[in-house]
Amino acid sequence: MFDLDLWKEILSALKKNRMRSFMTAFGVFWGIFMLIVMSGTGRALENGVMDGIKAFASNSAFFWTEPTSKPYDGFQRGRRWNYKNTDIEYIRTHISDVEYLSPRLFGANTRDGDNTIRGKKTGAFNVFGDYPDFFKIDPWSPIKGRLINEIDIRQNRKVCNIGERVVEVMFDEEEDPIGEYIKINGVYFQVVGVVHAETRVNIGGGRKEETIIIPFTTMQKTYNHGDVVHFFSVTSDPGVPVSKVETRLKELLKERHHIAPDDLQAIGSFNIEVEWKKYTGLFTGIQLLTWIVGIGTLLAGVIGVSNIMLVIIKERTQEIGIQRAIGATPGTIITHIVAESVFLTVMAGYIGLALGVGLLELLNMALEAGAQDEVFFRNPEISFTMAVAALAVLVLSGIVAGLIPARRAVSIKPIDAIRDEGI
Amino acid sequence: MISLNNVHKSYVTGSNSLHVLKGIDLEIKQGEFVSIMGSSGSGKSTLLNILGILDNYDQGSYYLNGTLVKNMSEKKAAQLRNELVGFVFQSFNLISFKNAMENVALPLYYQGVPRKKRNKIALEYLDKMGLLEWAEHLPNEMSGGQKQRVAIARSLISKPKIIFADEPTGALDTSTSYEVMEILKEINNEGITVILVTHEHDIAAMTHKIIRLNDGVIAEIIKNGDLKHWKHQYAKELETA
Repeated sequence: MFDLDLWKEILSALKKNRMRSFMTAFGVFWGIFMLIVMSGTGRALENGVMDGIKAFASNSAFFWTEPTSKPYDGFQRGRRWNYKNTDIEYIRTHISDVEYLSPRLFGANTRDGDNTIRGKKTGAFNVFGDYPDFFKIDPWSPIKGRLINEIDIRQNRKVCNIGERVVEVMFDEEEDPIGEYIKINGVYFQVVGVVHAETRVNIGGGRKEETIIIPFTTMQKTYNHGDVVHFFSVTSDPGVPVSKVETRLKELLKERHHIAPDDLQAIGSFNIEVEWKKYTGLFTGIQLLTWIVGIGTLLAGVIGVSNIMLVIIKERTQEIGIQRAIGATPGTIITHIVAESVFLTVMAGYIGLALGVGLLELLNMALEAGAQDEVFFRNPEISFTMAVAALAVLVLSGIVAGLIPARRAVSIKPIDAIRDEGI
Repeated sequence: MISLNNVHKSYVTGSNSLHVLKGIDLEIKQGEFVSIMGSSGSGKSTLLNILGILDNYDQGSYYLNGTLVKNMSEKKAAQLRNELVGFVFQSFNLISFKNAMENVALPLYYQGVPRKKRNKIALEYLDKMGLLEWAEHLPNEMSGGQKQRVAIARSLISKPKIIFADEPTGALDTSTSYEVMEILKEINNEGITVILVTHEHDIAAMTHKIIRLNDGVIAEIIKNGDLKHWKHQYAKELETA
């Protein structure tokens, strides 16, 4: 029920103490504002980082080789070694729980100087030999043309996928790169696709836009790598922790390459699952911290409201006494005071909420204006549930803040209240 | 209407206990016009507060309109006050941020009367008090007498059976005091019991019955007929003083 008198009373009480009402409300305002802004920016950091890795297969692990650190089986320590095609074959046929397996060769890279030529244009790029399965682990999407496929592998086709930066350097603006040839380390390859990386997880260094991907088998044969494999990625079957597969593969590879079982250095590996958990934990921590600080600030504001209500009640003791003398029940008085407190809290909180969301929106606009793939900060936002929760917390805290002074107000006998000569 | 039986009241402050009312027996009938007199500390205001259910008492019994008033819940007391009783105070006790009409309408607000209806009734009562053109004014824009008339209108709006007035003329000059007393007399003529506390003899002399309190007990009750004699004696006292 809308009660005009109730609101008139509340507004006049607040208006009479403009400055004090404002300062009090500011406490609550600031609490909510902080909560919203902190939570939003925390979420932005999470969005930024997670956007960069969320498309990445979270059940993947990567293997490369390092010099051995222990002598074993007649070999000295410090031996350099490589994976072989047979290793890959063996894993494919003998190890269960492996979903995708994609060997990789590192070709020329940007540090070698210009390695790619087309007419008068030259550029330095990172060249990888990959299997199509790789796109299932670290997703790439074709902007034009197509991705490297199984037939390219089988027929050792001299075709390549190139990143956006490669197109910029090697082609004129209006040129269509598809079907054109570029010379990579002295060998011509036909461009079959311009590709864009879906994630910012980077394996093998360099910017992903500066990547040239050619079929693994072509790379091995064309550049005389023999049966060497530099690197491979695996993903575990759904439901199987990739750490388990990682451990098993390490044991197996050590056995096949005469490496001491307790040599911790020889096989380099990296497990996304572990990193993923670290990130998830980190962001849960950030959100938790946000709430603790936010609620703490809000609580300080609410205590301020309660305090100010106590003072208002003290000042209005006589008035409350009169109202009770002419028939106001304690219930009426409590309702008035609590309504006043809730009004103050919710108004202040709502403004805090609105300004907080507004600030996040501004931040978002600024971020999008200077949008880059590299930013680790994007889409600052708060969820609708969070906004509702914050408002619920406000109403609740308003009630609590009002209830204590209200109980005090009705605990004074009406006659004492009337006699009260102010302060 | 009002029946007090051996009512005691003490105020306890810390270890001190102040025995204010020491056994009051009192009967007041419907339609009486009564004043309570007594020196400071004689307990007259305390008595009025107990009668108006603003304060409780320790011993004895108090029947108001047939209902025993004892250890009543605040809510019940508030309802009873709202139904039966109107208050007029020395310091008017109007709500400062409400205009005259809203102040008068306030008791009806607590009864849940809709806004338009209660404001209309409030205007009628203000008209009776001759304050119709002051309806939109705030209390601090009015004189003492006007404020007291607004307060009386407020006490009447809930159609009470009894009006309690605590020093209603205490803050007013003589001529305004007499105006206010005239109004109270008219109210009494309509059949409403009026009980007032005062320490001014001329004001008390306008009532039908004077209850003189002395040190927590009723010293004497002077009825209408005796008043003239009493007034004469009082005048003599003044002369000798």
